[in-house]
Amino acid sequence: MPEMVNFTLDGREVSVPRGSNVIDAAKQCGVEVPHYCYHQRLTVAGNCRMCLVEIGMPKLGPDRKPEVGPDGKPVIAFAPKLVIGCNQAVSEGMVVNTVTPRVRKAREGVMEFLLINHPLDCPICDQAGECRLQEFAVDYGRAASRFVEIKEHKPKRVPLGPKITLDNERCIACSRCVRFMKEVAKQDCLGFVERGGRSVLTAFPGHEPNTNYDLNIVDICPVGALTSNDFRFRQRVWFLKETRSICPHCATGCNTLVSSRENVVYRQQPRDNADVNQSWMCDQGRLNYRFVNDSARLTTATVRAANATDATPVAWSEAVAAMASALRNAQHAGQGTAIIGSARATTEELFLLRRLGKDVLRTDRMETVSRAGKADGFLVSADRNPNTLGAYITGVGHGLPESTIPEICAAIARGEVRALLVFGENIAKHGIPEAILAKLDFLGVIDVLPNAVTKLAHVVIPGMTFIEKQGTFINGKGRMQRLKPGVRLAGDIHPEWRTLGTLLQALGAGEYADFDAVFQDMVRTLPPLQGVTYASIGDQGLDLKLAERPGEEAVAWNLP
Amino acid sequence: MKTMDRPKLTFAERFYIPQIIRGLWQTLRHIPRKKITVEYPEVKPKLHGSEYRGVPTLVRDPDGRVKCVACQLCEFVCPPKAIRILPASRDAVRPDGNVEKEPEVFEIDMLRCIYCGLCEEACPEEAIFLRKDFAVTGYTRSNKQKLLELGGTHADRIWKWKNK
Repeated sequence: MPEMVNFTLDGREVSVPRGSNVIDAAKQCGVEVPHYCYHQRLTVAGNCRMCLVEIGMPKLGPDRKPEVGPDGKPVIAFAPKLVIGCNQAVSEGMVVNTVTPRVRKAREGVMEFLLINHPLDCPICDQAGECRLQEFAVDYGRAASRFVEIKEHKPKRVPLGPKITLDNERCIACSRCVRFMKEVAKQDCLGFVERGGRSVLTAFPGHEPNTNYDLNIVDICPVGALTSNDFRFRQRVWFLKETRSICPHCATGCNTLVSSRENVVYRQQPRDNADVNQSWMCDQGRLNYRFVNDSARLTTATVRAANATDATPVAWSEAVAAMASALRNAQHAGQGTAIIGSARATTEELFLLRRLGKDVLRTDRMETVSRAGKADGFLVSADRNPNTLGAYITGVGHGLPESTIPEICAAIARGEVRALLVFGENIAKHGIPEAILAKLDFLGVIDVLPNAVTKLAHVVIPGMTFIEKQGTFINGKGRMQRLKPGVRLAGDIHPEWRTLGTLLQALGAGEYADFDAVFQDMVRTLPPLQGVTYASIGDQGLDLKLAERPGEEAVAWNLP
Repeated sequence: MKTMDRPKLTFAERFYIPQIIRGLWQTLRHIPRKKITVEYPEVKPKLHGSEYRGVPTLVRDPDGRVKCVACQLCEFVCPPKAIRILPASRDAVRPDGNVEKEPEVFEIDMLRCIYCGLCEEACPEEAIFLRKDFAVTGYTRSNKQKLLELGGTHADRIWKWKNK
C-alpha cells in the first residue's frame, strides 16, 4: 500500500498515493485536467500550458504552524499565478481548483493560441473523432477566430520514416513524439527547428525513425500531425468498433485494442497494462493483422478420399464426423497416432487437444512448433509464440528449445504413426516434409489459411483467428490473458474449441456445451490453473504465479 | 343512438336531367380556363418552394475539383445507411493534390434513400446537395460518376482549399 496524501480537489477532500502529480491525482478522483504534452509514461515537458490549475497551500504563521481562520479552517494562501498540473506533485493539505473562472479563462487563452495556425483539416484528418484538440476546442474554444492575419503555412504530407506521414500544420509542438523516440524507443531522432509559430517538427538529417516502435508516436500524438501510413485514409475512427484483445505476435502478449468495422479489421493499438506492455507495442505485432481478412481464408470444411486428388467441400458437422471416424478407425486398428499442436492456439484449444491425445488416442506423440527469435530487450520476446506456456501446461508442447517433431517425423517415415492431426501449423515448413506427410493413412488439419498441408489433408476444418473467438493466452511471464471475439467472418466457420469439443463428443470423451464448460474442465484438470475463473482474469490479465506453485519450477527455465 | 332520416329528394333531383346539365356545365366551364395539370412524365412539373428535397448529388467547384473529400460524415449521419464511401489518397502531383483525400467510390443506394437531407446538412465541404429533380431513373446505381453529372458545378464562396 503506497503512502497516501490528503488534499482538496475542487472543494472535495480526497487522498491519492504520494508523488502523484495534479493531472494523475485528479484523474484518480474522476476529474479530467485537459492536457496535451503530458504523458503518464514520458518525462514532463510542460510546454502546452493546457493543464493550468489554481494551487493553494495552508498559510504558515511565524511559528511555522498553519494559521487558522475565523471559521476554524486553515487559511489557504493561493499561488499568485496558475501552475501547470503535470509538473506539480500534490502534497498534504494542498488545495487544487480546476474549474474556477480564472482557470477557465487561462485554458481558453491557451486554446485560442493553439488554434491560431491550425488548419481546417478535420474533414480529411485521420485524427478527427479521437482528437484532443477537437475535444478541448469544444470545451474551451471560441466559435469564431479573432485571428485576421494570414495563417502560417508549413510542410504537409511529409514522410517521417517508412511508416509515418507528418503534417506540420496540424502539429501543436507538444514534443510527445520527440520524448518517446528518445526515452522509450532509444533513437533520439526528432526535434523542433525554427521558433514560435514557425516551429516545425523534423527528423535529424539522415536519421528518420526506423525502430520497431515508431508507430507508438502516432498513438500518443494528441492531434493529427502524425498519421500511420498503414491506417491513413482507410476508415474514419467513429465507425470503428474496439475489441480488447491480446497481440498474438510473441510471448509478451501485449494488451491491444483491435478496431474493426463490419467484420474487417483496420488497425491494432496498444492498450494500457502496467504489468505487460505499459502503453506501447511493437510495430511488427501492430501491423500483423491483415491475415484476419485475407481473401484466401478457409471458409468451408473439405474432405478428400484417400485415392482422390481433389477435396470436396462438406458441412462443418460432416467434416468433424469424418475426422472422428478416421481417428476411431486408426485407434481400433492399433495404429500409431500423433498430434501437432500450435503454441499460437489458445490454452482451451490446447487443453482439448491434450484430452484428445491423452484420453482418447492414448498417444504421447504431441508437440507444438517452437519459434525462437531474438529478444529486443524491451517488448519483443525471444519466443515468437504467444502461448508457449499454455502449450507446456496442457502437456501438448515441451517448451523451448526442445522439440520432438523430428521424432514424430521419423515415426511417420517408419510407418509407426499412421494418423496425424495438425492444428494450426504449416508443419511442412516446420519439420515434416510433404513427402513424409503423404505416407499417412489419415491427415486431419484445422487451420485458418490454405497451405501445403491443407492440400495433402484428408479432412480440413476451417478455424478462427485470435480476434474471432474466446480464449486465453498465457504469456512468457505466466500471465493469463483473455481474447474476445470482435469480428465474424462469413462461412461455415466455428471456433476451434467447438470443433474439438464436438470431435471429443463423437469419440465418447466428454461433452462441452459452451466455452465456459471447456474452461471449467481445463481449470479442474490442470493443477497450475487451480482456482482460476474466467472473470478473475479480467481485462488486465491474471498472474498465475507459476514460479511459486509446487512442481512448476520446471517452467521457470522456459521464461525468456 | 341517433337515427338519421334519408333526405327527401325534390322533383328536379329525382328527374336526373337538370343534374346532368349541371355536371356538363362544370366541365364546359373549365375548357377555356388555364390548365393546371401537366403531361407527366413527358413534362416534369415545376416545384415551387426551396424546401423541396429531391435527388442527392455531388458537386464540383468552379475549378472542376470534386468537392467531396471523403470525410464520411454523410455516411455516418445517413439514417437508412444508403451512402457508401471508399476513401482514397489524392496524388500530390495532381493540380488539386493539395487536398489530400478524395472518394474513390461514392455510392448512394436510391432504394434506401429517404431524401431527409441530413447528408447535405452534415457536409463540412458543401459537396453534396439535394436537387429539385425527382424520379431519376437509369441503368446504373447512383455511383460517383452519375452523382457528379447530376450535381454539376457549385460556386464556392469560401475557397477553403484554394490556397492550401
